[in-house]
Amino acid sequence: MNKKIATVGNAGPKVRSDCEITLELKGKGGIVVDLVSKVKTLYGESIINLCHEVLTFYKIRNAVLRINDSGALPFVISARLEAAVKKVVNTDPEFLPEMISENRYSTTRDRTRFSRLYLPGNTPSLMINAGLHSAYGIILDLEDSVAPDKKDEARILVRNALRQIDFRGAERMVRINQGKTGLEDLHYVVPHNVNIILIPKCESADQVKRIETEINAIRKKLKIRNTVFLMPIIESALGIEHSFEIAKASEDIVAIVIGLEDFTADMGVARTIEGSESLYARTRLIVAAKAAGIQPIDSVFSDVGDMEALKQNVLNSKALGFEGMGCIHPRQIAVINQGYAPDETELEKSKKIVLAFEEAGQKGLGVVALGSKMIDPPVVARAQKTIDLALRLGKLSEKWREESSSKEVN
Amino acid sequence: MAIKTVINAAGRSVPLEINGQPAVPFKGVGKYRPQGLKYSPPIPTCTDYPGDGNKVVKSLEAALRKCGLRNGMTISTHHHLRDGDLISNKVFELASAMGVKDLVWFPSASFPCNDPVIKYLEDGTINRIEGSMNGPLGRFVSEGKMKGTAVLRSHGGRVQAIQDGEVKIDIAVLVAPTADSFGNAKGTGGNSSCGVLGYAKADSMYASKVIVVTDNLIDVPCYPMEIEGNYVDYVVVVDKIGIPEKIVSGTTQVTKSPDRLLIAELTASFLEKSGILKDGVTMQAGAGGTSLAIAVFVHQILKQKGWKSKFGFGGSTKYMVKMLEEGQMGYILDAQAFDLDAVRSVENNKNHIPYPVFNAYNYHSKGNLTSMMDIMILGATEVDLKFNGNVVTHSDGYLLHGIGGWQNCLHARNVILPIPLFRDRIPVIVDKVTTLCGPGELIDVIITERGIAINPLRKDLIKKLKGSGLPLKTIKELKDEAERICGKPQKAQFEDKIVAAIKWVDGTVIDVVRKIKTK
Repeated sequence: MNKKIATVGNAGPKVRSDCEITLELKGKGGIVVDLVSKVKTLYGESIINLCHEVLTFYKIRNAVLRINDSGALPFVISARLEAAVKKVVNTDPEFLPEMISENRYSTTRDRTRFSRLYLPGNTPSLMINAGLHSAYGIILDLEDSVAPDKKDEARILVRNALRQIDFRGAERMVRINQGKTGLEDLHYVVPHNVNIILIPKCESADQVKRIETEINAIRKKLKIRNTVFLMPIIESALGIEHSFEIAKASEDIVAIVIGLEDFTADMGVARTIEGSESLYARTRLIVAAKAAGIQPIDSVFSDVGDMEALKQNVLNSKALGFEGMGCIHPRQIAVINQGYAPDETELEKSKKIVLAFEEAGQKGLGVVALGSKMIDPPVVARAQKTIDLALRLGKLSEKWREESSSKEVN
Repeated sequence: MAIKTVINAAGRSVPLEINGQPAVPFKGVGKYRPQGLKYSPPIPTCTDYPGDGNKVVKSLEAALRKCGLRNGMTISTHHHLRDGDLISNKVFELASAMGVKDLVWFPSASFPCNDPVIKYLEDGTINRIEGSMNGPLGRFVSEGKMKGTAVLRSHGGRVQAIQDGEVKIDIAVLVAPTADSFGNAKGTGGNSSCGVLGYAKADSMYASKVIVVTDNLIDVPCYPMEIEGNYVDYVVVVDKIGIPEKIVSGTTQVTKSPDRLLIAELTASFLEKSGILKDGVTMQAGAGGTSLAIAVFVHQILKQKGWKSKFGFGGSTKYMVKMLEEGQMGYILDAQAFDLDAVRSVENNKNHIPYPVFNAYNYHSKGNLTSMMDIMILGATEVDLKFNGNVVTHSDGYLLHGIGGWQNCLHARNVILPIPLFRDRIPVIVDKVTTLCGPGELIDVIITERGIAINPLRKDLIKKLKGSGLPLKTIKELKDEAERICGKPQKAQFEDKIVAAIKWVDGTVIDVVRKIKTK
């Protein structure tokens, strides 16, 4: 903290929409900004003005600022500069960009969560258009995709992204770090309308409770009304053994996720496409989730080039009972959304069951039958759920009853 | 001495004189009709040429000397060897060594491999370039370092300028992957195959002197004769005309960028829902990653529906060739082959037909192929609120690209520009384009990852797509969205000096590029 010079951010031939900032405190000479930028003609003045604004905010009057910019948006530049300031000065205030009005939405416990797109928390270029690809959720990741020495700057960047990027209705999620770092992370994201916190390497109910307590303390202090839901990720043998207890650890948990890369490593086995090595773990996690009344979510599929294998993987996953999967590339989203949605056969069957149920009710029959087959109440409930989901997804028209009866007449 | 300028029909201030020659200001689309006869080169006499038909001379230098190379001449070259061209630079290296000054270089396009000519612009060998200028060459021009004023023309505009005598080519130096000693030449064969020689035809017919340079001399006749020996004065045989892997990209690649793929998907969906894509459709798309992705998606739709495109116009790529080979396209008419699959196809498939731009794009032609195209996919560096397009400068004011066939292609029935709303932080939709290359009345649809804007002139499309579920927006809404994200950009600053003139397809001046102001 006593160093006089700090460098943050990213630069290099492949870096886009980011900047690298070196801030050096001086005893005199005012603020000197040395800007190298490919957008200097168009935004040079605005970049320099923004830097002056940030430095004034932190009461820094003498410094040399070197900026190597590759087209960073203003919220990225201010995040980088704030991170640099905090490396050389002991200061708490946050330089917050505007919270855009589109970002104030909340979410609900039982919402569909077929796809969640992971975004590395220190790579702005991948964040800016992430909301365009129709994922049900966006995960800003502070954990594995951020290098240890970049954790501080990533938090600030993720905080600004939560305020400035319109994710177009996708659930706004952040994966925090493990342990104490994770608890600190919460202070950077909870005040900025995060919808769901992902808890990595979760092995016990206590872990969840510590995070829940911290979140609630922040919510109380800042009078935040939107609930912050939780999604523990289970990535070890011990976690699997405790999966039901974890699933029940908090009222705010909406889903549990299995992380197979770490799980197979923990087990000392290789991860295969067919996944027999993790079948027990996956089914156990699914049962635990269903028993707790929450959603079981599957691990990411890491071969981003093979859409056919992904599709097969999704169909298997759905057949086991998973209700969604993580994505590491936007192109996976459509395949995953399609795979988890009810297919035609499922829909037709559900329609028949629901119609038979309604008919039985009208006729005052206590038993529902389809042809010669008796139908149990849980089957009816499941069919009803499939119909509701199809309606929400727009795969079924509101008038499906009339449409299917007219089809029968014809 | 200040040159007199006027405001042209597009509202741009343009000079009445360029490089000492009178210039006609843009008058509106299709409004300018030059009268009189086409230009003719001097009449040759066949008895002046070797009776045995052997026109081979010992070197390029000897050929240039025999052509009477001297100060102020106009030298033309074509760009079929793309970034692998070894001959164009050589011409000026020889001219420089011979002490010749003030040449005009008239290429059909330039590539990064041509950056060394900066040396000859600096030493006075070349006065100016009339043709596309990319990267460092464009920067050199933008900074006001070129002696003469650059003139940028479209591929069709280049043929127009040759035919109506606006540009008189003194010597055409035409590289050919295969040629015979009489000068017949073609784009295939040898070690430097480029597929077709669609851009060289006008040069061969209208230049006073024509030199064919090849590294693959075969016996007479070289067939098919894309360049006919009857127009050729000298043939030069060299070890190597080009670097094969830089002539044709081994394989053109569909974009991997998820945002560009999204744009491509939206474009395909737009084409389908608008009814523009139909059985018998005619189409043209470029070789950029997004265009290729569109070609792939369009191919899928054609297959699903059992439709067939009547013909496609190249630049051809393996994706177009795939349509041809799998039966979703009847013919490819082709002015240039972009990858090895396209070269292979043009060599072997009788329905893959070389088709010079001479016929396709030319304002002085009796009809225009591009106006027969249903679907035209193009790019742009900027589009403005009136749908005007820019393809030559960037928003920072630097001249960085040529016009290519872009202006000519604007005459298609449906001109569609799939472009990102902003590149890094640079908005693509602006209040007013930095340089006007194409009038907005010819640009129908802008498709970005954040929405589709249809030109208000296309009431038919707007009506048809109401309630289609496509994200339709006004161009103003798109611009505002980009500026909300990126901030409002400042304008590039220019000095008064005109460094380049932008010609419209008819030879009139639609806009100019001025010297960049460097602080």
